[in-house]
Amino acid sequence: MKRRAYVNARLLDPASGLDAPGGLLVEGDKIVDLGPRLFNDGAPAEAEVRDCGGHLLAPGLIDMRAYLREPGQEHKETIASATRAAAAGGITTVVAMPNTKPIIDEPAMVEFLAKRARERGVVRVHTMAALTRGLDGKDMTEMGLLAEAGAVGFTDGDHAVANSRLLLRAMSYATTFDFLIANHVEDPTLSEGGQMNSGEVATRLGLSGLPWIAEAIGLERDLRLVEYTRCRYHAAGISTGEAVEALARAKAKGLAVSAAVAPHHFALNETALGEYRTFAKVSPPLRSEADRRAMVEGLRTGVIDVIASNHAPQDQEGKRQPFAQARTGIIGFETLLPLALELFHGGHVALLDLFRAMTATPAKLLKLPTGRLVKGAPADLVLVDLTRPWRFDVDRFRSKSKNSPFDGRAVQGHALLTVVGGKIVFDAVKERSHAYV
Amino acid sequence: MNVAAAAVFPHRHLLGTEGLSAGEIVLLLDRAEGYVEQNRQVDKKQALLRGRTQINLFYENSTRTRTSFELAGKRLGADVINMSVATSSIKKGETLIDTAMTLTAMRPDVLVVRHTDSGAVELLSQKVDCAVINAGDGSHEHPTQALLDALTIRRRKGRLQGLIVAICGDILHSRVARSNIHLLSTMGATVRVVAPPTLLPPQVARLGVEVHHDMRAGLKDADIVMMLRLQLERMNGAFVPSIREYFRFYGLDYEKLASAKPDALIMHPGPMNRGVEIDPEVADDIDRSVIREQVEMGVAVRMAVLDVLSRNLPNLGPVGPK
Repeated sequence: MKRRAYVNARLLDPASGLDAPGGLLVEGDKIVDLGPRLFNDGAPAEAEVRDCGGHLLAPGLIDMRAYLREPGQEHKETIASATRAAAAGGITTVVAMPNTKPIIDEPAMVEFLAKRARERGVVRVHTMAALTRGLDGKDMTEMGLLAEAGAVGFTDGDHAVANSRLLLRAMSYATTFDFLIANHVEDPTLSEGGQMNSGEVATRLGLSGLPWIAEAIGLERDLRLVEYTRCRYHAAGISTGEAVEALARAKAKGLAVSAAVAPHHFALNETALGEYRTFAKVSPPLRSEADRRAMVEGLRTGVIDVIASNHAPQDQEGKRQPFAQARTGIIGFETLLPLALELFHGGHVALLDLFRAMTATPAKLLKLPTGRLVKGAPADLVLVDLTRPWRFDVDRFRSKSKNSPFDGRAVQGHALLTVVGGKIVFDAVKERSHAYV
Repeated sequence: MNVAAAAVFPHRHLLGTEGLSAGEIVLLLDRAEGYVEQNRQVDKKQALLRGRTQINLFYENSTRTRTSFELAGKRLGADVINMSVATSSIKKGETLIDTAMTLTAMRPDVLVVRHTDSGAVELLSQKVDCAVINAGDGSHEHPTQALLDALTIRRRKGRLQGLIVAICGDILHSRVARSNIHLLSTMGATVRVVAPPTLLPPQVARLGVEVHHDMRAGLKDADIVMMLRLQLERMNGAFVPSIREYFRFYGLDYEKLASAKPDALIMHPGPMNRGVEIDPEVADDIDRSVIREQVEMGVAVRMAVLDVLSRNLPNLGPVGPK
């Protein structure tokens, strides 16, 4: 079996707290050894040696929330283009949302997507199946059978489940199997028709608002249902300080709740909408500066557990529209890591905590064997140059869609090498990534 | 069985199994044993209830229970009248209590009542002079079903005490489950309920049962596997996602049954949904399934209930509410 020795690395493993210079040995698709003193006497003779140049070697990133658009909207993104973009971003596992055409609410669809991903994808693709049939919020899906087919959780994606009685029963049913339910936190009756965060900017732009209270009430309702059913719950993408407070209270009660934030919610605020910039239109919307700071603080304290890209490709057609008619969504695979690293460079979040939110914690919530540097684990790795300065150039992103408000942003740090199951799926230098050219 | 039968049955009505003593249950079961033998003779008729009138008042459709009560009454010599909602003045808006007043004026001796609402039979029993037998009220109780189940088990296993009984399926809506839980617990059996949380009533453990969500764990070493019917309208995403998912995780098949004792008996109150809560092969396995025997025991148990209650009937007084 093929062996590859990663020497001269800075090993970073949030699960064990390891942050030390060392080496790591991969055999076939598994990590077989690692440690600070490994290769002190030289790498094994038969292994291919990869000098990491002192860069950070961490578990490959796990992105809990992404819209891959295949099947049904392949003009926006395909599994092939999405996973290439993910690999370039240091992501080794993406979790696909069920909001495709057709919707992933049948066991056969979960199997189809897994098969497609094996054939055409370069990183691992898991699926969260629909929580309600047809995402219509009325009847729960066949969670047991969907999980047997490979679904790692249940969600209606960017549809909030409005019917509390249905959500209660679905959560209750999910406890049978200890499934994870991820909900878009929003009270749809309060957000209906809203275009951006409610407030001064919306008022000046003359756009109808999505008030923070919609998220607060949506989340508080969900947390109460969790308290009642004891279900494992994940708030799939929060944007307000109120949500952070509510989560802190729920966690203090010992509930099995977790939350994710997308980079745009800690990297931007509502002013990014400027003169109706539809590329910054997203759900939940970009919020106030106080909310943005609350996201950073939530990550620092660990109340927010996960950073997920919320990768949502939209074509030009969908975005080159009057603001109210433009589609929501921001692509996120290739900006996830550099934007997250801003929090490290800015001194806001410790490196181990930052990587934990993109590796060990998602793996634990999804019950995946990856996300850790440990003997016997799948060799899903990312080698990160933490400091190299560069600028995002959306035209050179691998995603088929280019809807990012971060075009031209100066950032620091980049994935150098992405390894999935022992296989190198991205090499920044070889591929002449624009971060390096 | 080390519990002695009670000498007399000290109740005017049979509204539920909750509150019956072990001795009273044994009395009913012992009495039913005799009727099992009688029902297997050519001449099944007795004169115990000669001159008595039994009205079967069914606010909910039923074939087997109503027929079983009708046969029981007739075999004991009573005159039996069936009233069902479709043909009664309930459709014209008469309230339950008005109906009770009307019926009591006709001087029946026994009223057998099934109603869609929990507690309706008890309410009616407070307004009439005769003996009332609950033939199923809402999701509350169905005592004769629990008695016939107990009789079936006792005849096969020789006892109730110490047995492990797993009741599986829609416990939430099941009066059969509640009556069985009370009766079997009183008789010293270990009762487990096995269902997804969506089909379990809140705090069901407070009824003295073990709660399981997994069939293999719930059936482990069980002596009796009691399957409940799942109404079709509850299966399309409301309480459980679908029929096929329910069958996969909660349908009784040989694979799941393998966790139970090798001689475990399979019971079902009927009517069965083959392929939903029970694999047809299992349901029809003559070595394991006692489902048809349950039906036979039903008539005997109902005769026993009519028997003991008729002995407590009051002397006839003036017409009217008591």
